[in-house]
Formats: sequence, C-alpha cells, structure tokens
Amino acid sequence: MSPPVAPAGWSRWLVPPAALSVHLSIGQAYAWSVFKPPLESALGLSGTQSALPFQLGIVMLGLSAAFGGTLVERNGPRWAMTVALICFSSGFLLAALGAAVEQYWLIVFGYGFVGGIGLGIGYISPVSTLIKWFPDRPGMATGIAIMGFGGGALIASPWSAQMLESFGSDSSGIALAFLVHGLTYAVFMLLGVLLVRVPRTGKPAGADGPAVFEGPQVSARSAVRTPQFWCLWVVLCMNVTAGIGILEKAAPMITDFFATTSTPVSVSAAAGFVALLSAANMAGRIGWSSTSDLIGRKNIYRVYLGVGALMYALIALAGDSSKPLFILCALVILSFYGGGFATVPAYLKDLFGTYQVGAIHGRLLTAWSTAGVLGPLIVNWIADRQEAAGKDGASLYTLSMFIMIGLLVVGFVANELVRPVHPRHHVPAPAATEKEAADVQRQR
Amino acid sequence: MSSDSGSSSSPPARRGLIAFAWVWVGIPLAYGLYELVQKATQLFTG
Repeated sequence: MSPPVAPAGWSRWLVPPAALSVHLSIGQAYAWSVFKPPLESALGLSGTQSALPFQLGIVMLGLSAAFGGTLVERNGPRWAMTVALICFSSGFLLAALGAAVEQYWLIVFGYGFVGGIGLGIGYISPVSTLIKWFPDRPGMATGIAIMGFGGGALIASPWSAQMLESFGSDSSGIALAFLVHGLTYAVFMLLGVLLVRVPRTGKPAGADGPAVFEGPQVSARSAVRTPQFWCLWVVLCMNVTAGIGILEKAAPMITDFFATTSTPVSVSAAAGFVALLSAANMAGRIGWSSTSDLIGRKNIYRVYLGVGALMYALIALAGDSSKPLFILCALVILSFYGGGFATVPAYLKDLFGTYQVGAIHGRLLTAWSTAGVLGPLIVNWIADRQEAAGKDGASLYTLSMFIMIGLLVVGFVANELVRPVHPRHHVPAPAATEKEAADVQRQR
Repeated sequence: MSSDSGSSSSPPARRGLIAFAWVWVGIPLAYGLYELVQKATQLFTG
C-alpha cells in the first residue's frame, strides 16, 4: 500500500482529525476496566486474570511501537493506520468469538496480542506525518493526536458501560459488545486511513518557520546510540512514573488522605476526583505541548519535572491539612504527566530531525512500559508496608511522595544533560534528502 | 525548498471535508467530555 502525497490545495488541517480518528479509537485500551467485572462473573475469573488482556495489550503496544517504528517510517502513515485498524478491530472480533464460545484464552490473544499490535502501530502512525505537516508547531500537532489517546478512554468508558447494560453482562452480552466495538472502531478509524497524506518535500502550505527537512537528521539506528536518546528515555520514564504514581491509586489515595479528618471523601467524590484527573491529563497534552512550541522543549520539561517535584513536596508537607491544595497539586502533576507524553515527539524532532522521528519515538516508548510497572509498584508496595506498620491517613503515602520527588529530580538532571547531537551521528544531507525523495516517488 | 501544494487557503470543497472530518472526531469527543464533566462534578457534590 502506498500513501498518496497530498495533491494541490490539500489542507494540513485534515491531518489532525485523521490522527485523532486513530488515537480516539485505540485510547479505548484505558477503559478496559469496564469489562473486568462482567468477565469475572460470566467466566469465573479472578481480578488478576481479567486484567490480562489489558496488560498484554500494553506490553504489545510497547513492543510493536519499538520494533515496528522502522516499518512505519518505510511504508508511511496510511499503511500504519491500516495495520492499526485491522489489528485493533480484529482483536475485538476475536475477543467476541472468545466470549461467545467462553474461551478466555481467545479474548486474551485477540484483545491483548492482536489488538495490542494495533495499539502500538496506531500510536506512532501519525506522529512523523504530523511533524512534517506542522514544522512550525510540532508540539501542538502531536499534542492534538496524543490528547486523543487520553480522550479515547473518556468516550469508551461510558459507551461500553451503556452497551453492557443494554446487551447484558453474561458471555453473549459481552460477545455482542465486543463485536459492536470492533465494527464501530473499524468504521471510525477508516477516516484516518482515507484522509492521511504526506506532504511533498519542502514547506507545507500555511507553515511558518523552517522547512520540513532542514537541520540535522539522525537515523533511528544511530539515535539509540546517542546519550541524548537515553537522557530523554530517563526524562520520560521519570515523568510518567511520577504521574502514574497518583493516577493508578487516585481514588483510594484521596479517600485515605482525608479519612481521619472532619471532612472525609465519599466514594462518589473520589470517582469525581479521578474524572477530574483525566481532564487534567488531557488538557496537559494539548496545552503544555502547544506551550513548548513557544518556550522550547528543554524549558517545558524543566517545568514538568521541577514544578512537578514541588507539587509532590507540597502534598507531602501539607498532609491532610488542605483538600483544595491536594486536589490542585494532583491536577497539576497529571497535566504534566500528559504534557510529557505529548511533547516528547517534538523534543525528538528537535534533536534528531524528521528523518526517522516516528521510529525513534517508537523505541522511546519502552520508557512508558517501564514506568507503567515502576509507578504502581512503588506506590502500592509502600502503601501496603506503611499500612502493615500501623500507619493510616496521609502518612500511608508520605514516603512514596518523597520517592517521586527523587525520581523527578533524576529526570530533571537528565533533561539538563541533553545537548545537541554530535554531527558524527548525522545522516549526510544528500542521503536524507534522497530518502525523502524516494519516499515521495514511491508514494505517488 | 519548494512550497507544498498550492496556497494556504483551501478550496471550498476542501473546507467541507475539513468541517466533516472535525465533526467526525469532535462529536464522540464532546460526548466523552460531557460524561467526564458529569462525573467530575461529583467531587464537589458527592
């Protein structure tokens, strides 16, 4: 399959909705928890077992983004979006079959393995193309797409819950819900496949600033051999760990924090807090990433990591004395968490150029997988230990907060160590240009 | 560097396509945000 080069008059404002149609779909992964209780009762599963499709999906996301990035660069965004559509939708269809015949392994394989490949390829599919269309505002462009990944769960969570309510929570109801998900997402993602176009070499219409392929260009193979890549890996890993630390335990955390005060937090208020955190996460993706176009990538990560550490320190020091302060600090931390995800493709573009930025981004996402394990592990393990030691309320989390501050400081130092890539890693200018020209020729 | 595909203003047919594409992704996103706001208000009322 060859993605067509944009014809004359093609607007670059058609590319963000193409990206959003994919990211809003695959973002469904974070709403998997809606299916957990029905699956547990219908198929007699434990909580750990019912989490398997999601966990395998996230592992496959990291692996397919890391190893499929070069293929995405070579074959273009339309190929990548088609693969994402086929894998993500057929993952749901296989899961539907698994639920219908009550074979749980088929649900794990379908949603987790096959669908997970769709998650990884879909996640990186529009990044490189958006950066090429918006060389003047790469942070905003990738922020829109990556905001969509956060938005996907907001859509899927109530939608899936309503569907299960209508179809029933037995195995046939779950199978029907999976089937409708698979078919609907296939149609929805089709818009992205049909609309996505790569710009011709040069400056896209309406873009200000430098042209697309100006500046140093580094291949994905060379990029992973540079200290800059690994500094950014640490930056992303630390920033995500700090965010997940709150996100993963948000509801029990706010309840525990104020349990011993005169105004404890109810279950429904805790659910509202979780929803507000999701809003901050989404707003941070588009807001902070767009801000990075104005103040620079290194400066915005100084804010994420430095102010993030300050927010954690405020929570730890204030304890249960102020609920508004706790909520405000948590919202700021979550906005930085989202911002960190959304800004990193533009940071990569600044350092390594647009030549293979999608593939480099895919490799960097292994930091996300690592943080996904690290963050919850730290907070849960410490909270359990503190509880066993007889502590309660805010003191259950104080040590976790200080560990998060330490991790953010490590990330801050790694960000300070980022320097321009040494010229010996650069792809010779004619080679990069020839590669882009060949891509355009092949795509015609 | 050469300039990409034509002028920065899109022809009328493209404007319709742009509007359609943004509505296509905007409607489900608006639904998700509406549900989110409903839930988030529980923090202050719950």
